[in-house]
Amino acid sequence: MSKKVSVWTDNRFWQRSAAWVTGFAAMLLIWLTFDSMGQIAMGTDNDLQNGVTKRVPSPSVINYKITYEMSDKRGHEVPVIGEKETFFGRDDYSEEEARALLNLGKLAVQAKNCMNCHTLLGNGAYYAPDLTKAWLDPMWDGYMARLGKDTKEEAMAEFLQFPSENPSHGRMMPNLGITAEEAKGIVAFLKHMSSIDTNGFPRNFSKMQGAIHGK
Amino acid sequence: MANNLTYESKKLGVMYFSVAAALLGAQLLFGLVAGIQFVFPGFLFEVLDFNVARMVHINALVVWLLYAMIGSVYYLLPDETGIETVGVGLGKLGFYVLTLAVTVVVLVYILVQVGPANHATLWLINEGREYIEAPRWADIGIVVVVLIFLANVYLTAIKGERTGIITVLMADLLALAGLYLAGMFYTENISIDQYWWWWVIHLWVEATWEVFVASIIGWALIKTIGANRQIVEMWLWIEVAMLFGSGILGIGHHYFWIGTPEYWWEIGALFSALEPVPLVAMFVHVMYDWGKEAGIKKGAGEKPMMNNTPAFMWFVGSAFGNFLGAGVWGFFHTLPQMNIYTHGTQFTAAHGHLAFFGAFAMAMIAMFYMGVQGTTGKKELKMTFASKMGFALLCIGVVGMTVSLTIAGYGQVMVERAQMGATWEAYFISQNSHWFLQAMGWRLVMGVVTLVGFLYLVYDLLTIRNSKVNNQ
Repeated sequence: MSKKVSVWTDNRFWQRSAAWVTGFAAMLLIWLTFDSMGQIAMGTDNDLQNGVTKRVPSPSVINYKITYEMSDKRGHEVPVIGEKETFFGRDDYSEEEARALLNLGKLAVQAKNCMNCHTLLGNGAYYAPDLTKAWLDPMWDGYMARLGKDTKEEAMAEFLQFPSENPSHGRMMPNLGITAEEAKGIVAFLKHMSSIDTNGFPRNFSKMQGAIHGK
Repeated sequence: MANNLTYESKKLGVMYFSVAAALLGAQLLFGLVAGIQFVFPGFLFEVLDFNVARMVHINALVVWLLYAMIGSVYYLLPDETGIETVGVGLGKLGFYVLTLAVTVVVLVYILVQVGPANHATLWLINEGREYIEAPRWADIGIVVVVLIFLANVYLTAIKGERTGIITVLMADLLALAGLYLAGMFYTENISIDQYWWWWVIHLWVEATWEVFVASIIGWALIKTIGANRQIVEMWLWIEVAMLFGSGILGIGHHYFWIGTPEYWWEIGALFSALEPVPLVAMFVHVMYDWGKEAGIKKGAGEKPMMNNTPAFMWFVGSAFGNFLGAGVWGFFHTLPQMNIYTHGTQFTAAHGHLAFFGAFAMAMIAMFYMGVQGTTGKKELKMTFASKMGFALLCIGVVGMTVSLTIAGYGQVMVERAQMGATWEAYFISQNSHWFLQAMGWRLVMGVVTLVGFLYLVYDLLTIRNSKVNNQ
């Protein structure tokens, strides 16, 4: 052991290398985390009114029409927050009201264990459709007629409360005891999630009818 | 059954192994339910739905691996430090507390399933976040038990001898435990939620758990084939540098599409593409040491040391399975150009099955055999017919499921993503394509093969001590 050997077979050298590499990678991750946290923090109602683009907009985005537009610069579709649009008959939710609704929806999504069948932002289980842009899905047009509802959000809320009575396919969603209020929260959560800038995920989403601005 | 273990720490390790093996059984049973539901969607509908079966399936996986990992450390601690574990009594108390908590959590998952949309549900029933669904009360219990465990490891290492392997484990276990805290909070912002969720999931399975199995395999090489400690520990430090060097920033491959900025494309692609490198190295290292040790002994006209063939079979399998499941199957879809199509499809499930099995399950099953050898006090444990059947059927079953899921994922990606644009309807068209349906049928068949392999494994673990080859 006392004999001088090559540095490449010296455990101390590799131990120090491991410490330096790990430390450097961890520091870089922490630094990038600070930057990412700033970029994915929720925007405010003022941002929406002034047309300031945020990757994750304010909960009050539920007062607006959400579509997508091809960005030549970025090479994929990006969300467009359009004109005012009613959501359960209103288009004047304050930031606090919208946040309370979103919060209820997020709690419901966790409490009902949605993620162990569906994917949210592509993460979860693969037994049911991805919910990232579910708000923009053309399927809801059919459900409006089928459930006799005038608006998409009402059709969604109705479906969420009685899913196994209104199945779309043989693989059904079970009844999870979702209340009317919880369903409203979940729809707000889904509408908000559809406005998150996901760098073009899911791919070919442009083929979704009605999802693209002006189409 | 006579117990020939002299150290209480090793006995505690074997207790952890026993519960781990039982939880592995639960994982397979609930996986089978979920697999049946893909083929026959009416199976147990609104009784034990897919979300519940799947939650128990993946939670049992995480928990049995953690049990086996804690057990492994308690088992090897006296060998490395040369002394009995400090506070082993407290460690045993922790074991009973944890086991009680796990039992309650699983019963609540199965019997209560879901709750109303409020914080009480997240505290008492489940948190609804994949892999770390355990309700908050259980999180806190886990933290307490893990603190006892960490204290035991640190105090024992300080009092006894501190080898390179123990030094790596001390650092790694501290990081592993600390990362769990990143999953213990609530936010209404789904992007921030998933950002920190990946700190737990990714930095566990693609960083700290990988370093953990590298340490375990290092220890096992010394134990089973008498590998040279200095060389093993040098490799281990190189492994740590490569695993953490690629794995920590490799987390970027989970930040492509969750709302996070585009720079994660480059960072995630680069570092996660490097992640297979240490996994190749780990396999090469095992084969190299095996060949070298055997060669030296043969050259000297002696019989090469090999005192636990079933464990060594699983360790070598793990080194290769880690490379194949985590390395190759992970690399398939880690680049953003590919991942935008495959993210959130059966591709991920295929990778998940082979990676968890190859990287972690195989190494931990090997540890079960180390525990059996210690309990029986045999200088040499030889594999039996059942050992071989267990190994073969589990490997064929999991690889078969992986290939089936890969084909299902391929069909899903082509139809749902590339062709139709990821709508509700597109999803179901892909799910009902005959490629997908056939693949799911084969997955179920292979799941049954896996379960039969597990039965052989359990039978072997219980009876190998009485087998003919081990009593000559």
